[in-house]
This record gives sequence, structure tokens and C-alpha cells, in this order.
Amino acid sequence: MTRFLLPLAVFIVLVVFLGVGLTLNPRQVPSPLIDKPAPVFELQQLHDPAKTLASQDNMGKVWMLNVWASWCVACRDEHPLLVQLAKFGIVPIYGLNYKDERSTAIQWLKQYGDPYTVSIIDADGKVGIDYGVYGVPETYVIDKKGIIRYKHIGPVTVKSLEDKILPLIKELQG
Amino acid sequence: MNYKNDHFVSSWQMLHVIALILIFFVQVSFANEAVPVAEDPVLEKRLIELSENLRCLVCQNESLAGSRADFANDLRREIREQMKANKSDEEIVNFLVARYGDFVLYNPPFKPTTVLLWLGPVLLFLGAILTLILYLRRRRSLVSEEPQQLSESQQLQAETLIRKIEKE
Repeated sequence: MTRFLLPLAVFIVLVVFLGVGLTLNPRQVPSPLIDKPAPVFELQQLHDPAKTLASQDNMGKVWMLNVWASWCVACRDEHPLLVQLAKFGIVPIYGLNYKDERSTAIQWLKQYGDPYTVSIIDADGKVGIDYGVYGVPETYVIDKKGIIRYKHIGPVTVKSLEDKILPLIKELQG
Repeated sequence: MNYKNDHFVSSWQMLHVIALILIFFVQVSFANEAVPVAEDPVLEKRLIELSENLRCLVCQNESLAGSRADFANDLRREIREQMKANKSDEEIVNFLVARYGDFVLYNPPFKPTTVLLWLGPVLLFLGAILTLILYLRRRRSLVSEEPQQLSESQQLQAETLIRKIEKE
């Protein structure tokens, strides 16, 4: 009997491993920046390049950093959700306008709505590299001490907001 | 006949001219592409050697050296700048790992989380060898065992079978 049970057990273990492997998303690379201080930046504001915004300006509050671009198709998917979230006023959303053209970016916000407290310009993607951005859109939750607590890769969905992001923000604000 | 031949030659010559023009253009376009490499061939060679061992996160089966993705371009530019700033290869790799994790390395480091990855194949191989040795031993002991004596009824059965065959 064990003659057949042993190979069967080995086979089942193999199938389970392959099954788990198939359901994982290889695009979601865990960020090493979680629970680390958010990289420091000081960038020009999209709507008023004469003014800048520094990451330290947000010390003491919980905030979201959303990496977006007008050329990014998936950003359009999540955008209505961000606009709605901004209306609730739960958490300030800052936009990192990643490798974009300033005029088209402003036009894009006019067309689809502007959920951002401030958008900042990362024209050559340097700050993006510091934050480990590799696929726009990406969203970070940063706590009062300036520590990155969560990173969402790809468009934010209602499910990810309800299950992860909003409970976390509530906890951090608490 | 003569005329025809002349015509043939002239069109042949035309082909030559066209071929020469084409070669000229091809050379010109090659020269254009080669410009950025010629800027600093030593640095560029170092960049390629380093980025061949780094994974492009957008197109994950391509190395950073081979990828044409915009993202890979940016990272190559970043690496180039750091090389110009006299950073060592190790410093540059650490810079990238700090931002993108071990996943950027095609050669992952030996850590508690990667023990299975590094030792798994060796364990599988040793396990297979062990199973093979055990199986061969068991088989040898089976083969070398004394042949069993047939019981009386079996002896009888065998004899009748042999007789049957002989008759046929």
C-alpha cells in the first residue's frame, strides 16, 4: 500500500506547490521599503512650479503618495476612486506626477478630476527610482513619522481600499 | 545580340551602384548607433557587465542590459551616473537592492529565506541517489535469495505442462 501512497503524497505536494505558484502574481514584487523611512524629496509643484513640496512637510500626518501619469492607462481605472476618496477627506492624497509632460498632466486632471492635495513633478523619474517605482500606478501609505507602511502596486480597487488601505490609515491616525 | 549583352552589362553595373549606395547607408546608420557607446567604452562595458546580472522589473525575463523598456533605460542611466561618480559595483547593486529588493538580482544572496532555493536541488539529488541505492540493495537481496522449492502439486502441474508442450 505504501508503495502507492508515497508517490501519491509526493505528487500531491508537487501539485500544491505548483497551484500556489500559479495563483501568485509575479508583477507584485514585495517592496523592501515597507517599514523604512520614506525617501526624502523636494520637488516642484505641478500647478505652481515656483513652489516646492518636500517630504518632510508631511511629517506629523498620515498621507498617501499616489504615483500617476497622464500616459498611464491603468491610472484612469483607479482615478474615479481616488477622486471619491478625496471627497471624503479621510486622508490627504499627494500625487507624484511620474515622467510626464506638465501641460498634458494638468489637462488630464482637468478632464478626470483632481483628487490630489498637491501634485509634484518627477519629470526624469529620479524620485520614482528612490521609491522603487517600476509600474505606474503605485500607491504608498506613509505614517506620521514618515515611515512607509504599505505599498500598493497597480490600480487601487474598492477591495484593496476596504480591506487594507482604509483600516490601516484609521489605525495609523488613531 | 551585342546590344542585348550591353544592356545586360549596364543593368548589372546599375545593380552595383545601388548596392554600393545601400552599403553606404547601412554604414552610416551603424555609425549613428555606435555614437553613445563610443562616448566612454570602458564605462559602457562595465555598465553592460553589471546590468546583465540585474533583472528588469517591467519585463521580468529580460536583464537590465538587454531590455528596451523605458524603465530599464532609466535605471541604466542611473547606474551610468553612479559609475561616473566613482561608485563601486557593490555600492550600485546595494543601491538597487535597497529600492527594489533581492528580486533585481539574478543571483540571489544566500539568506534564511533563500536556503530552500539554494539547497533544494542538492537535497533532491541526494534524495534520488539514496532512493536508488536502497532500491538496488533490496533488489539484489531478492535476486540472491535461494530459489524456493516447488510444492508437490506445483511440481505436478509443471510436469503436465511440459508434457503437453512436448506432445504438440
